[in-house]
Amino acid sequence: MRRAYFKNNWIAALMVTPQLIVVFTFFYFPATQALYWAFTLEQPWGGGNTWVGFDNFRAILSDDLYWSSIWVSVVFAVGSTALAVGMALTLAIFVDRQLAGYKAYKIGMIWPYAIAAPAVGLAFRFIFSPGAGIMMYVNQMFPDLWNPVDNGTQAMATVIIAGAWKQVAYNFIFFLAGLQSIPRSLVEAGAMDGARVLRRMRDIQLPLLAPTFFFVLVINITDSFTDSFGIIDTMTAGGPSRATNLLVFKIFNDGFQGLDYSGAAAQSIILMLLVIALTFVQFRYIERKVHYT
Amino acid sequence: MNKTYPALAALALALGATTASAEKIKFDYWYGLTGDLGAVLAQTCDRFNASQDQYEAVCTGYDGYENVVQSAIAAFRAGKAPTLLQSFDAGTADLMMSGQFYAVTQMMKDYEIAIDWADYFPGIANYYSSSKGEMFSMPFNSSTAVMYYNTDDLASVNMAPPANWEEFGETLKALKAKNPEKCAYAYEPSVWVDLEQYSAINNVPLASNNNGYDGLDTTLLFNTTSAVKHMEDIKSWLDAGLAEMKVSAGGMNSQEAFSQNLCSFFFGSIANHSSLHQKHAEDLKWDVAMIPTEKGVERHNSVVGGASLWVLANKSEEEYRGVAEYLKFIATPEEIKFWVSNTGYIPVTNSAFETLSADGFYTVDPFKGREVAIASLTATVPGPLNRGFRLGSMIQIRSEWLSEVQAALAGDKTVQEAYDTAAERGNVLLAKFAKTYADKTLP
Repeated sequence: MRRAYFKNNWIAALMVTPQLIVVFTFFYFPATQALYWAFTLEQPWGGGNTWVGFDNFRAILSDDLYWSSIWVSVVFAVGSTALAVGMALTLAIFVDRQLAGYKAYKIGMIWPYAIAAPAVGLAFRFIFSPGAGIMMYVNQMFPDLWNPVDNGTQAMATVIIAGAWKQVAYNFIFFLAGLQSIPRSLVEAGAMDGARVLRRMRDIQLPLLAPTFFFVLVINITDSFTDSFGIIDTMTAGGPSRATNLLVFKIFNDGFQGLDYSGAAAQSIILMLLVIALTFVQFRYIERKVHYT
Repeated sequence: MNKTYPALAALALALGATTASAEKIKFDYWYGLTGDLGAVLAQTCDRFNASQDQYEAVCTGYDGYENVVQSAIAAFRAGKAPTLLQSFDAGTADLMMSGQFYAVTQMMKDYEIAIDWADYFPGIANYYSSSKGEMFSMPFNSSTAVMYYNTDDLASVNMAPPANWEEFGETLKALKAKNPEKCAYAYEPSVWVDLEQYSAINNVPLASNNNGYDGLDTTLLFNTTSAVKHMEDIKSWLDAGLAEMKVSAGGMNSQEAFSQNLCSFFFGSIANHSSLHQKHAEDLKWDVAMIPTEKGVERHNSVVGGASLWVLANKSEEEYRGVAEYLKFIATPEEIKFWVSNTGYIPVTNSAFETLSADGFYTVDPFKGREVAIASLTATVPGPLNRGFRLGSMIQIRSEWLSEVQAALAGDKTVQEAYDTAAERGNVLLAKFAKTYADKTLP
């Protein structure tokens, strides 16, 4: 592999400095601040703080409901990622096969990503509303079948669908680009050898798509842990009875609304470690199976 | 080129603005009211600025109380806080403990502005006062919870608005018997109505230390009072179909269900009185009444909701003088009238209420009925259990309550179990709050 080097290190340093300043100001500085707060009890209006060691972590980790919040986050992450990746892949394959109207699809499919999460939440809140939206017709046929206001599982399903719907567009772009960068000659050669559509997909396209697939997977999992706040806030506010209380929403609730800065800081640290660990696992065990061309 | 023009224009405007009003002393005022209410608040700023040649209020609206408090804290820590801040009930404990404010009674005394503090309704004044009775913040947008009912529906079963919860239950049954298709009671879990107002009105404690006023070593007591029975009643009405859950997550909240003439009752803030008048089904006839009491229990005053104005610490004397003028301005009878007639909020002083009543303000629509809120707030002189609640981590305690009530209403546990858990988890939060402020005492 060839690498490019700068001959003059000073110029290199000068080039990266602005970026480093941004990263330090907006990431490392707040992160260290959070790390410090996590070990203290911080008074919101800045009247001082007390060092409490691992007390905040101990309190959080010994709380059963915190563990259920972790569980809920994992369910959301796995559910929405599987749905978003699956849907996006299917749609991308259709568009790649240039079925009728594919150009219109291609543009239409990209739009959802431009919609802010709270707006997505509001739209889906209406769609899944038991008394007003589309699901109302289902409830008219089967009374009391659908009620995400009371039923935690159904509430979780609604936020997963909303979260996945938003993510589909992003994944779609990557999958489509990935599919289109596969040399036509490979697929055509397969076709000449008598392989049918599904066979070509399984043996040629999907394996060659593996690097894209891996990238999309990592981004989706990370995103569903850290960026799902807007949807939860507008759709369920963590309810009913904590069924959709994702870690990131709990942090917002405790820190920004409840002014418990230390507890929220400790939770952020745990969330950060969790996402790092998950990403590590993905790189360690899944990336091995990925072959880059 | 095109891009730079607007920026230059803005700069020129900003420069022009500063030179034009250079002689006026500015102070920052941040508020959390949104929508129509926020717009009326912005108008009070404009009215103040128009009436002044010395001071100018620079008013900035934020999206909700939580956001404005959060932003003010961040700005305060960076030394850029506003001088005047609109903060809500749940933010009171943290602000009081921090000591980073200038008590309004003290400020008005220092700047020799006479305000008759005894004129404020005691139910309102007490909420924003220290345990020793010194008022820390200026009461402003104040409300309390009331019962909204459909007058036609009650007339159809020949019943008066229920005065106690037993009658309320019977009214629901009668309504349901008369018209099984219609939802009798639009229920929306609200810790403010179902627990806080309930406890005050029925004179039962929500927490020890006189609801937290007397110290930080407070524990929650709501799982040991009749508040549990009240919640069990609500659950039994829901289970029997006498009440229906109407929340935003289900597509329609209780006020919307009531305003579209789908349900006969709902409970909410008197501040909604105005918006309900502006928007409701044409055939809906409605009125408000005080929240019922428990049967055989003497009615006590309900507690105030809404927000008050805090003057923050570490500002210049000139800015304080401006804020003092502003507070004096909004306490004048004309401004109180402007405020209450354009919003659903209630006047905060006795004299303003009497002036309005004498003018016949409360006898005509759309203001008729709002006097019920005053009657509810002033039902008794507030005792130790009806002054208000001085609890740290109040937002989280409220959210624990909601989560547990949702579990109980879904049938996952009994109401008693739910209240026990909520109280137990709330106590952990209170202990943590006390530890955070271990070096301080509650003023």
